[in-house]
Amino acid sequence: MEQAPADRERQLQPAPLEPLGIPDSGLEAAFEEEAEGPQEEGTRDGTMTENNFWLKKMEISVSEAEKRTGRNAMNMQETYTAYLIETRSVEHIDGQSVLTDSLWRRYSEFELLRNYLLVYYPHIVVPPLPEKRAEFVWHKLSADNMDPDFVERRRIGLENFLLRVASHPILCRDKIFYLFLTQEGNWKETVNETGFQLKADSRLKALNATFRVKNPDKRFTELKHYSDELQSVISHLLRVRARVADRLYGVYKVHGNYGRVFSEWSAIEKEMGDGLQSAGHHMDVYAASIDDILEDEEHYADQLKEYLFYAEALRAVCRKHELMQYDLEMAAQDLASKKQQCEELATGTVRTFSLKGMTTKLFGQETPEQREARIKVLEEQINEGEQQLKSKNLEGREFVKNAWADIERFKEQKNHDLKEALISYAVMQISMCKKGIQVWTNAKECFSKM
Amino acid sequence: MEGERPAPRPRSAGLPAGGAGAESAGGGAPLPGSRGAPALLQAEVLDLDEDEDDLEVFSKDASLMDMNSFSPVMPTSPLSMINQIKFEDEPDLKDLFITVDEPESHVTTIETFITYRIITKTSRGEFDSSEFEVRRRYQDFLWLKGKLEEAHPTLIIPPLPEKFIVKGMVERFNDEFIETRRKALHKFLNRIADHPTLTFNEDFKVFLTAQAWELSSHKKQGPGLLSRMGQTVRAVASSMRGVKNRPEEFMDMHNFIETFSQKINLIDKISQRIYKEEKEYFDEMKEYGPIHILWSASEEDLVDTLKGVAGCIDKCSKATEKRMYGLSEALLPVVHEYVLYSEMLMGVMKRRDQIQTELDSKVEALTYKKADTDLLKEEIGKLEDKVECANNALKADWERWKENMQNDIKSAFTDMAEENINYYEQCLAIWESFLTSQTDLHLEEASEDKS
Repeated sequence: MEQAPADRERQLQPAPLEPLGIPDSGLEAAFEEEAEGPQEEGTRDGTMTENNFWLKKMEISVSEAEKRTGRNAMNMQETYTAYLIETRSVEHIDGQSVLTDSLWRRYSEFELLRNYLLVYYPHIVVPPLPEKRAEFVWHKLSADNMDPDFVERRRIGLENFLLRVASHPILCRDKIFYLFLTQEGNWKETVNETGFQLKADSRLKALNATFRVKNPDKRFTELKHYSDELQSVISHLLRVRARVADRLYGVYKVHGNYGRVFSEWSAIEKEMGDGLQSAGHHMDVYAASIDDILEDEEHYADQLKEYLFYAEALRAVCRKHELMQYDLEMAAQDLASKKQQCEELATGTVRTFSLKGMTTKLFGQETPEQREARIKVLEEQINEGEQQLKSKNLEGREFVKNAWADIERFKEQKNHDLKEALISYAVMQISMCKKGIQVWTNAKECFSKM
Repeated sequence: MEGERPAPRPRSAGLPAGGAGAESAGGGAPLPGSRGAPALLQAEVLDLDEDEDDLEVFSKDASLMDMNSFSPVMPTSPLSMINQIKFEDEPDLKDLFITVDEPESHVTTIETFITYRIITKTSRGEFDSSEFEVRRRYQDFLWLKGKLEEAHPTLIIPPLPEKFIVKGMVERFNDEFIETRRKALHKFLNRIADHPTLTFNEDFKVFLTAQAWELSSHKKQGPGLLSRMGQTVRAVASSMRGVKNRPEEFMDMHNFIETFSQKINLIDKISQRIYKEEKEYFDEMKEYGPIHILWSASEEDLVDTLKGVAGCIDKCSKATEKRMYGLSEALLPVVHEYVLYSEMLMGVMKRRDQIQTELDSKVEALTYKKADTDLLKEEIGKLEDKVECANNALKADWERWKENMQNDIKSAFTDMAEENINYYEQCLAIWESFLTSQTDLHLEEASEDKS
């Protein structure tokens, strides 16, 4: 049972990439239809409409949000927001859409769906949910979860989440996802019946693996660094943006005071009066314009936030890899030590310290029969171990291959989306400047007529 | 030079020609006043202006104009007499140019103070020379203002910058404060120079031309402290009695001043606040751009876009700085000056009321007293003239002031609007050029993919 060291090494290294295969999700392929991006709230396009294999298209939208009161698990009254999810199937020929399903879900159900997806698709960069609580707020914006603006932005975020999942080549086929969109009652029970919570890796195990793994794939290590950097830089950017927005708000709003004072002043002026009055009106317009401008910017911030949260999804994939790799390393180590034990028993030499060896020394040697029995047991274990190692190795390679494919897909999506977002930011600035020129030109005219 | 007006007649040195850099008082030297003042050449065409230089002409009615003045008789020319009633501003005829600059700190055992250099260039005959350089401190300006108010109680004297600003003053003389004060002092002197009456005030001339020791001795002339105090007491007493018969037009004026004062104060506060907010916006922007550069270090495919955005933000923040600067030059000082003016105006109204009260009380006295009626009647006669003169002076100056105010306010706000338009136009260009570069790149990439 000699093990060539080179062999052992190879077994511990992740395998090089091979052509894509479909992972074993353990569930039937859900539905055959492919989802397409919505026509409304046109923030997303491009990547959504790429997977156009199927004849029947589906439109998903989160069209409404409603405040509700109900009783929670502890029979206490609570207020929450429910979101209406509408699914439409678009007949290919005449383009008319028919409402096929419509149901209400609350945020916690979205969370449940996502947690399920995380467990069953650990090699996929699972799209993130919009934030639970408002962060990176500037002073005007409410941090209250019940605030209508926050609810509205969350509605858009949830719709975005569903669209991302629906346009993912693998996730879109998941049955639980399909049921989420179509089966209102009992869905929670169905998810829990899958027992996914039990399958989930414990946090502690994952942390342990991160520290102890010896030979993770370098690409995953780099990816981890990248996701840390992405998270840090986007957080920083969002914080400063919020402060800048605050200041800009101040500049605009103070001008509004001119409007009031000019108006009062114009009452005592004869020649200057009209000019003052109308200039004052333009100052009011200027002050009011900042609300829409910052509303638009908030959408931009949300686009960045999505990628802030995606960083966590990336890290989750890296963690899974580390866990699997660590598992593999442990299994190989275990196998190696068993083989060594076996060898020692067979040859009678004691190279390594073992409790058995010590007790043998203290209490006398064992009989050849006992030794034979032990060798047999070990040999069985070794066999088992080798089988396991082989399958773990295969699993590991499959995982790396598939994960990396999804990461490449994600990278392209990210580059496209972020570039679009930055360009849309420029467009917003241009619009703001044009408005500014308009207002001040009008004001200047009024002033010059005074 | 053709058509140059003759050099001022050299005078015996009563006062030595002031300061370094003063041109020789002799003839033949080109007038500094005429450089860059083509208007002077125009002025020659009008014969009337010959007289402006002629100090020797005194108005017979001078005594009426300087009711409480103990200063030497104010020289006026026939033209400026007319101006006192009509106050038509004739900027083309400007022959007195004043600059205030070079603040310098002086330390003595008792105190530290700042002096400002004042350079005067003039072509007027009554000045011994055509150029003067003196140093004055804030106290001297205060003195001048006091003298002007004494001499012309119902004229609208330009305001001085405040003595000190209470809030936020860590160091009494920080650079910003000194610079703001310097600009305001410059304005102050130039406003006096532009005023048809005040420009010929003797104390003003002394202020501009006398050396330090001369000024001190000149200051000592005039009413003693006690008599000045007596005046103040009378003034307070009469203002407390209130004015019963304020004519309607002065009622209107009073009401206008009250409302105006309120509004201009508000506008001052608003404008200062806008400046503050813009400054804080600018400060935040300084951090905003560099984050994008930081980000570009970890994103291969987004480097151009991120660096582009960072560049735009930085350029826009420079434009913001420029806008702030423009605001602090064009709008803030003007608005603040009118805040001070509105205080001045209240004072002028009070003094006019006080003069009228003097008359009213004497009239009242006449109805009760039977003795000394002749004397009283004579006094009343004089006071009636005094009141009429004061009222006329104020009325005329009021019209002039209002017109100036409208022009200044209009100008200041138009400039503010202009600054904002420039700011937004600049930013628009910056972002548009970024956008074009991005779409160009996109088209390039698209065509590359196809090939």
